Amino acid sequence: MRKVAVAGVGLVKVSEHWEKAIWGLFAEAALQAMKDAGTGDVDSLYVGNMSGSLMQDQLNMGALMADAVARPGLHAVRVEAGSASGGVAFHEAVKAVASGYSDCALVAGVEKMSDVLPEVAAKSLVMEEEQEYSAYTGVTKAGLSAMLHRLYMELYAEPSEVGMMAVQSHENAVGCRHAQYPFRMSIERAMDSPMEADPIHMMECAGVGDGAAAVVLVPADAGGVEVAATAVATDYCSLAMRDDPLTLGAVQKAAEKAYRMAEVKPGDIDLVEVHDDYTINGVLSLESLGLVEAGKAAKLVAEGGAARDGMIPTNAFGGLKARGNPLGATGVYQVAEVALQLRGAAGDHQVEGAEVGLAQNMGGLGSTCAVTILRRLGP
Amino acid sequence: MGYGAYVPIYRLEASEVNRVWGGVGVPVEEKSVVAPDEDTVTISVEAAKQAVKRSGIDPSEIGAVYVGTESKPYAVKPSGTIVAEAIGATPSVSTADYEFACKAGTEAMQNCIALVGSGMHRYAMAIGADTAQGRPADALEYTAACGGAAFIFAERSDDTVAYVEASYSYVTDTPDFWRRSKEMYPRHGNRFTGAPAYFKHIQGASKRLLAETGYKPEDFDYAVFHQPNTKFPIRVGRGLGFTMDQIDPGLVAPRIGNTYAGSTPVGLAATLDIAEPGDKIFAVSYGSGSGSDAFVFTVQEALPGKRGGPKLASFIERKKYVDYATYLRFRGQIIQ
Amino acid sequence: MCCDHSEEAGAMSVPRYWREEVPRYRLLGEECTGCGTRFFPARPVCTVCGSTEFKDYKLAETGEVVTWTVIRNPPMGFEKYRPYVVALLELDDGVRLLSQVVDVDPEEVQAGMRVEAVFRRVKEDGSAGIIQYGYKFRPVVE
Repeated sequence: MRKVAVAGVGLVKVSEHWEKAIWGLFAEAALQAMKDAGTGDVDSLYVGNMSGSLMQDQLNMGALMADAVARPGLHAVRVEAGSASGGVAFHEAVKAVASGYSDCALVAGVEKMSDVLPEVAAKSLVMEEEQEYSAYTGVTKAGLSAMLHRLYMELYAEPSEVGMMAVQSHENAVGCRHAQYPFRMSIERAMDSPMEADPIHMMECAGVGDGAAAVVLVPADAGGVEVAATAVATDYCSLAMRDDPLTLGAVQKAAEKAYRMAEVKPGDIDLVEVHDDYTINGVLSLESLGLVEAGKAAKLVAEGGAARDGMIPTNAFGGLKARGNPLGATGVYQVAEVALQLRGAAGDHQVEGAEVGLAQNMGGLGSTCAVTILRRLGP
Repeated sequence: MGYGAYVPIYRLEASEVNRVWGGVGVPVEEKSVVAPDEDTVTISVEAAKQAVKRSGIDPSEIGAVYVGTESKPYAVKPSGTIVAEAIGATPSVSTADYEFACKAGTEAMQNCIALVGSGMHRYAMAIGADTAQGRPADALEYTAACGGAAFIFAERSDDTVAYVEASYSYVTDTPDFWRRSKEMYPRHGNRFTGAPAYFKHIQGASKRLLAETGYKPEDFDYAVFHQPNTKFPIRVGRGLGFTMDQIDPGLVAPRIGNTYAGSTPVGLAATLDIAEPGDKIFAVSYGSGSGSDAFVFTVQEALPGKRGGPKLASFIERKKYVDYATYLRFRGQIIQ
Repeated sequence: MCCDHSEEAGAMSVPRYWREEVPRYRLLGEECTGCGTRFFPARPVCTVCGSTEFKDYKLAETGEVVTWTVIRNPPMGFEKYRPYVVALLELDDGVRLLSQVVDVDPEEVQAGMRVEAVFRRVKEDGSAGIIQYGYKFRPVVE
């Protein structure tokens, strides 16, 4: 298996793109990435998309997107793994290039949530769960994380400490051109916001948005940003089957595989993009990634440890909460942002001296997890 | 063989109805209201499960499950099949839903007695349950309530809790209260529902049954009558020669309202909760349209040992009050 | 504000609903004949010993609350019930499951609260589609 590198990235601002159809959004990010890569000679295409079949009645998206970028004929497929679709699509694209099957892969995540009512968007989130015995209870995705949030608070932290995850993400997003909410949010605003699913407040939850992010992958040469590892793991879908609800088993397993493949330890990670669709998920992800000891992440974040100049720079462009969470696109946004960091091209969001970065993307209640580790190569 | 009863947790006070509509009536103190996720089927299942548990029998041996109600969730699809599946009586079971206004439950009882008596089934379950809908600002809004009770009939033995000495049904065509199929609320003949309807049929059934059995009112320990409100069952009972001591234990309407097809069955369950072996119970239902089913039960030795778990009183004491707006919301009466 | 989206939520497939009736109505799971582990819902392969042989197992109907949430923005089809409590329960036989907790004000729910199974409506497909029933739990009535 040969080494793979990120040759180019493209990022569309997360927003409500009323005038753009899903393939238009895809094309915008894809063309940006190909331009950034200096090549349009793509021979495989991977689409990360979670809810296109529900929201746009659209199946067979691989072919549609190859068509959209005027490259019919190439290998193209949509990858779906709930909210981890982007990260898992990225993984598939890496394997295509690493194996020699593809010499230049384009992977783009895209989601158009504004096409549907908020209730339908919420329905798509709960479609990530097992339907007959989890979703059938009337629980929402927020509700499931809320149960973890309650357990965590009983043992480890104050509500406002967990809430700081959202405040930190917003702080990081200030000035970010592609972020959905590039403004500060105070902890008071978060804690005063109405309950979404007790004890999670509305302002602790990532919003709904449209977006597309793309990455072009090529065999690695001496320089650039190498894909040091990409791993996917799963866990039991139902909360009722988890021995320790506060341990995200899929995150742990994917991370262990990734650290091993990249030959790094958690301490070598200079910056991380975690899946903070709910503050508690961001907190638990930091712990299950092995970056922070169990029970300590909320306090660490509350004390500033996740800031760009902190101990574990986290979500440097705002994460899911502030940069945005267009479902199937999110995982690719994360990878693209880490790549920008390692190139030293993150502008005001730069984490100084970043050499190794990790992106973690989850689907369901942590039932699917994709972990990607990128490493800066060369001079 | 076994019995069970259930009343939902929510209550609407008559005073709250008066607050909204400016009335002054208090035909009952308060009535029971279903939660938005309850209906006649769920009430029937709760009562049926309790009956099965107390009876000690294997539910797969129940040969019939008949639900009597005037608020069945489906116009076409029996409530009985859902109840039978839920309690494990399927597939060797017969089910059908009965309708005869407030006496649908006791109709079901008559038929279960026949099924067992004929030897056709070893066990047969009759359920009377309703989630009666009250037309806003109508007199019946104070009392139209929700609840139900289930009875498993078997051949009399040392394991049965009470035996049926006799029963009698008295029916005429009397249009005192009805609901056409596409209407949401029933209509009634106001004062016509009294003497020519409720009183005539309960008296008719009672007198005939007493005459045929040779019993007199004083031979009974308890007398349960259909209870559309507090006053009617007292008036009809005393008119027949029964005393308040006999009537009161089975009189639950003041606290939960009129549970329609559940009314007499729930009243019967209330007396079974406290009756002692040897006690005689006189129970007479009334269903608009009209008719009454009258029964004489004699309590057996087995009863005190087969009424474990929450009694009806526990469900009656367990309550949360709702205001009128919440009541309308729970009953699906707010147009959206 | 939530209006009733039960029609647009998409009708439940009748076979899908029917298939789960008995497990839901009777809390019927399975017990692995290899190692005795109990599962709800039933699954094809035992997660402990890998066996594919099971026998029917009826769950305990009482248990306690492990953790819970209050759903304030329900999914489509559940709007008319809000707010409602969904909890992770541990039954007296050790089996865990997710379920609503009803007949209770959200503020009254506590970890360790004793609950018992009840049969309730879950949702319906508008005014013309099927009514879906299932288990929920309520505080134990003595």
